[in-house]
Amino acid sequence: MKDKVVSMKEAVASFVRDNDTVVVEGFTHLICFAAGHEIIRQGRKGLTLARLTPDLIYDQMLAAGCARKLVFSWAGNPGIGSLHAFRRLVEAQPPRLEIEEYSHFGMVGRMCAGAANLPFWPMRNYTGADIPASNPAIKTVTCPFTGEVLAAVPALRPDVTIVHAQRADRTGNAQIWGLMGVQKEAAFASKRVIVVVEELVDEAVIRSDPNRTLIPSFQVDAVVCEPWGAHPSYAQGYYDRDNDFYVKWDGIAREPSSLARYLDEFVYGVRDRAEYMKKHPGLAERLKAKPSVCAGVDYGY
Amino acid sequence: MAIESAGVDYTLAELMTVQASRELKDGDVVFVGIGLPNLACNLARATHAPDLVLIYESGAVGAVPDRVPPSIGDPALVTGSLMVCGMSDVFQLILQNGKIQVGFLGGAQLDRWGNINTTVVGPYAKPKVRLPGSGGACEIAVHAQRVLIVMKLSKRTFMDKVDFITSPGTRPAGKARGTASMPGRGPVKVITDLGILEPDPATGELVLTSIYPGVTVEKIRENIGWDLKVREPLGSVDLPSAAEISLLREKLDPQRLHIK
Repeated sequence: MKDKVVSMKEAVASFVRDNDTVVVEGFTHLICFAAGHEIIRQGRKGLTLARLTPDLIYDQMLAAGCARKLVFSWAGNPGIGSLHAFRRLVEAQPPRLEIEEYSHFGMVGRMCAGAANLPFWPMRNYTGADIPASNPAIKTVTCPFTGEVLAAVPALRPDVTIVHAQRADRTGNAQIWGLMGVQKEAAFASKRVIVVVEELVDEAVIRSDPNRTLIPSFQVDAVVCEPWGAHPSYAQGYYDRDNDFYVKWDGIAREPSSLARYLDEFVYGVRDRAEYMKKHPGLAERLKAKPSVCAGVDYGY
Repeated sequence: MAIESAGVDYTLAELMTVQASRELKDGDVVFVGIGLPNLACNLARATHAPDLVLIYESGAVGAVPDRVPPSIGDPALVTGSLMVCGMSDVFQLILQNGKIQVGFLGGAQLDRWGNINTTVVGPYAKPKVRLPGSGGACEIAVHAQRVLIVMKLSKRTFMDKVDFITSPGTRPAGKARGTASMPGRGPVKVITDLGILEPDPATGELVLTSIYPGVTVEKIRENIGWDLKVREPLGSVDLPSAAEISLLREKLDPQRLHIK
């Protein structure tokens, strides 16, 4: 298959366009900050940003003016508190950001429908909650077999999804271990997919452990190798989550001026992840994962 | 704040954690949140419920975290766990499929029916304070067989009417539970820092059922935004044991992130 390895700059230039619906997924784990930063550097505008937990990366992209709309299910700084850039936009009168809000299960269902090429996804949910009243896209559907009324959410079909993975081969067969969030569903729901990895490996490595492959190459348009590309999120087996930075972000994002200074120094002020890492001396030593290697399996027959 | 009783001193956060931990039965499958619920589950696992199965919405099943997870997707939840699955499996095969006995919830506002708001203070379209939103809370409230709520009492949070129902309580849309669309029993206990509320079996309204040592009913009423009913006779609670307190301080939360 085709070698799809490109730089982050080329991947974003080719596959992320103004006004796209963009998903940078990863539930706490494997959130591709490197891609978010490159989208900011290239000045994308009018994006609809979707993911379950906007996290710090969407807070940064919102602050940088990349988005006109946010689709989400939990917009906080995990274990810390608020996403302040998000709050400033939503609490402004009139609000300066359009939002479309679900619960996690609702967003998961939207991704499942998109990935299965169905128009909607049914679920038992939302009775007695005000969430559907705040979001007219959450509807009900009557089961044709039992007559039961179920909640229904519409398929999400992103223009582009960016998935961070531990490793892939040069054609994009991507392997993930640890928390998998909705990366697989998001990738299959998406028209275009960029895979960003900690390590490029030979196809033989992928083939030695095929159960580990979450996304096959035919679903992938570009492969980018950027070690530490998920920091301050983490990559199981490679580096730990930088909780200190999540705590620090609360202070940085509280004021637009300190947030702008952060973007100037660590996003606009660097060309790529390697330069970003140079600005963080000692980071790699502090967060490098301690090994915990699995027992291995036998694929013989 | 330290309290001393029967030779064991403890903080209110420790008292709440211990109360929550005792609600968990050995073998229960629990949907765990971060903070006090995480500590309560790990305390139960270390004491009376070694076969408690901890599930985090991030996809870690049978997690055995060796540090206090700062987030619900911490890597320490993965290392050594029984299973790691995608979130589509967590919400469909596990939660919607009725496999969760206990779910923990908390929030910014709670009303007398156990409805919880974690979405917005003020009107939805004109938020005074925009909160994070549901996450998995709404579906936990719908599907977990029992919901335990852990929240500190105050008039600002225990309100006659919440601004937004993120997670439905004991009488969703005014109806009883136990139907296909609302299979869980909903809130069974609200563990606060002053006492414990439980739903009246007939009406679903949260009433005061137990009170902590040194606390009066008046003190609780001063901190609650509705005309609180009291179930007589009012119970007391079993206080933390020395073993539980030492587990919490020395093993489960040595940095005192949550039990201060």
